[in-house]
Amino acid sequence: MSEKPILIRGGLLIDPASGIEANHDILLRDGLVAAIEKPGALTGVIQHEQPELIDACDLTIAPGLIDIHVHLREPGQTHKETISTGTRAAAAGGYSTVCCMPNTAPVNDTADWTAWMQAPERDGAVRVHPIAAATVSSMGEELTDYAALRDAGAVGVSDDGKPILGDEIMKAALYAAVSAGLPVIQHAEDTRLTGGCSMNAGPVAFRLGLRGMTVESEAAIVERDIRLLAEIERETGEHPHLHVAHISTARALNAVKSAKKQGLNVTCEVAPHHFALTDESVGDYDANYKMNPPLRADVDRTAMIEGLLDGSIDAIATDHAPHAEHEKEQEFERAPNGITGLETALGLALKLLHRQHKMPLSRVINLLSTQPASILNLAGRGGLVVGAPANVVIFDPNAEWVFRSRRSRSKSKNTPFDGWRLPGPVHCTICEGRVVYSVI
Amino acid sequence: MPESVTNTKRAAKAPGLLSNSGTTAIGKANKKSTQGPVITTKSTDTYHPGSLLSVASLNLSDISHILQLAFELDSFSVKRRSKQLEGRRTALLFYESSTRTRTSFELAAKQLGATTTLVSDKSSSIEKGESLKDTGLTLRALGAECIILRHPSSGAPAQLARFTGLPVLNAGDGPHEHPTQALLDLRTMLANGIGYKGPVNARTYEGHLNPTTLVKKNIVIVGDILHSRVARSNALLLPKLGANVIFCGPEELLPDHAAQIGPGVSIERDFNAALRSADVVMMLRIQKERLAGLEIDLNEYIADYQLNQTRLAAHAPKALVMHPGPIIRGLELTSEVADGPQSAIEEQVRHGVAIRMAALVRALGGKKKKTKGERK
Repeated sequence: MSEKPILIRGGLLIDPASGIEANHDILLRDGLVAAIEKPGALTGVIQHEQPELIDACDLTIAPGLIDIHVHLREPGQTHKETISTGTRAAAAGGYSTVCCMPNTAPVNDTADWTAWMQAPERDGAVRVHPIAAATVSSMGEELTDYAALRDAGAVGVSDDGKPILGDEIMKAALYAAVSAGLPVIQHAEDTRLTGGCSMNAGPVAFRLGLRGMTVESEAAIVERDIRLLAEIERETGEHPHLHVAHISTARALNAVKSAKKQGLNVTCEVAPHHFALTDESVGDYDANYKMNPPLRADVDRTAMIEGLLDGSIDAIATDHAPHAEHEKEQEFERAPNGITGLETALGLALKLLHRQHKMPLSRVINLLSTQPASILNLAGRGGLVVGAPANVVIFDPNAEWVFRSRRSRSKSKNTPFDGWRLPGPVHCTICEGRVVYSVI
Repeated sequence: MPESVTNTKRAAKAPGLLSNSGTTAIGKANKKSTQGPVITTKSTDTYHPGSLLSVASLNLSDISHILQLAFELDSFSVKRRSKQLEGRRTALLFYESSTRTRTSFELAAKQLGATTTLVSDKSSSIEKGESLKDTGLTLRALGAECIILRHPSSGAPAQLARFTGLPVLNAGDGPHEHPTQALLDLRTMLANGIGYKGPVNARTYEGHLNPTTLVKKNIVIVGDILHSRVARSNALLLPKLGANVIFCGPEELLPDHAAQIGPGVSIERDFNAALRSADVVMMLRIQKERLAGLEIDLNEYIADYQLNQTRLAAHAPKALVMHPGPIIRGLELTSEVADGPQSAIEEQVRHGVAIRMAALVRALGGKKKKTKGERK
């Protein structure tokens, strides 16, 4: 590493992994955390190494955020996003690591594509860990080569967007994944029940004349997957890891809670929009409120908040899903699912969880960095200890900013949060010792 | 400025025709106090105020205004009517087939002196893949001042109104809404003495439409509620005037949460019981294929929900029978009922032209000053 060392001084360092929450200075050298010391203790370094100095006075320093669910659209849909643009949006949002889903064109179902996504030519501003397809072309029929994918850098397998419906193939996937040491990430939706649906089922969908996805269509798959996990444990003694992507309903969350109680290896994530918005927002047929899973009723939104507060939800992940304006401007039922999210996640978590529900800052960071790293076994990430990769976010939880979609680093502007005033502007993001975003 | 828009005063000077319920409140004093339960949709101000996108966003003063306009335009001489929108340009943009709605909008526009152009998905660049937005922008560039849109996707009119900034009249969007149909249904009810005894004129509407106009009136809507934009628009409109709307149908076509669409709406699955309380019974078209898809036995459906003469005579011998059309004789209702003395089906169609004239004048009337409180 030829980067200059960086000395960050004067800030409040929060590291949920080590439990530190105190004023500390932190020295980054050769892409790693070189030292963490009491304020002023690293002053000697300045003359000796002439590091780049970052004044973090009144700011919070935390391990760089980790998004375990993004869509970077490359290869194949570069009019929506590229790895280059998507990772720049990530950096602006405080993320130093993103894990990208395999529903590209072609689907990332080989070691070659997995390696391709991480190649320097992709110009990723932050670290990209691919999540590879669980089945060939995500068709739900034949498993991909999990060991080869893992060796190429895949951190999990998933057919995101095309859930694995067959019991046998899902069971085979869980079994193969545990041998390879990977989690299976499931987009829980029984697509046999959701044909033609464009929002949450219920009174709002009825009033708007739109077909709705039921709570059951999500919960049924989560419940089925948990049953399969239990079967594998019983039959083989193996302990496969199921990670439920973007959970959105109280009923599915209850299934996860009881599975955890049984000691099964189940984790789940929630997207910020599922704890910030409800299906009432669909009222104007603006497709920037259309995603899958859909915005749910307030009882579900509240359950997501409670799940985050009581710890039954393990992580916040954005499901960043960029789409071009002309695609979103179609008739609501025809418009594609998904919204961007990398630049608003921290702000929304601070607004809804920290400010409204008094969640301590360290818990917020835990949900946005430490636990995501642990779910996907991203060694050394999600914490700030000496010797760990130098991934850092510096933000101001006491200040506010206004998110403007037109200023987004993402190639696409499909967000429902344009114009939202959010807490916690990001001042600086550092990925492996390099400043990848800075307004300092 | 079209005369019809501002002649409230003249209408109010007409000989007194208001007598029942002792109300003499006329005009503006009443307007302020007649706010019905309004379901607010956000950013309404991004739409041209002449748009008619949903009943949900109309308040009682909007409704009175439209019915009053309809009466006035209807009572004008042919010549005077033809001056109202002389030379104005409207476009009919139809993504679905239609007889009644299309023809009555077309006749309404022509009677007012406006020109109409019909663009349908079958014979236009829509077939080549042109988007709704681009189709709208093209019509605007060609000089259309107002677009009347029929579309199979719910919400398309709201989107088109945002894309073009033009007044857009919703002529039916998917299963969502059909506002002019609900308004013409209301006009038909009032004209038949539902909630009002006596002649109907502009002043009647002005003074009489209030949150109690249809109080204690039971409007039974029967059939495929799930897929019906007419059911939704009526269920959102009529309770603003105090009516009870009772949905009736099997669960597959009428989910329980349908009653939550708004205040004043309930469900009664027993058709005979619903009929016994009905002042109006509004039958909806049933598509055979849809029943088959839901595995509903056709004969069973007919036995439970068809409106025939025996059932009507036994349970609702005085109710007004309505149907938005097209009717399928022998399915949701029999010919005897459709052509019988209680039927207002043809009358509904006639009222449609007047309501659509009013919607057009409201959309294109242009310089009309907003009434305070009429629209935020």
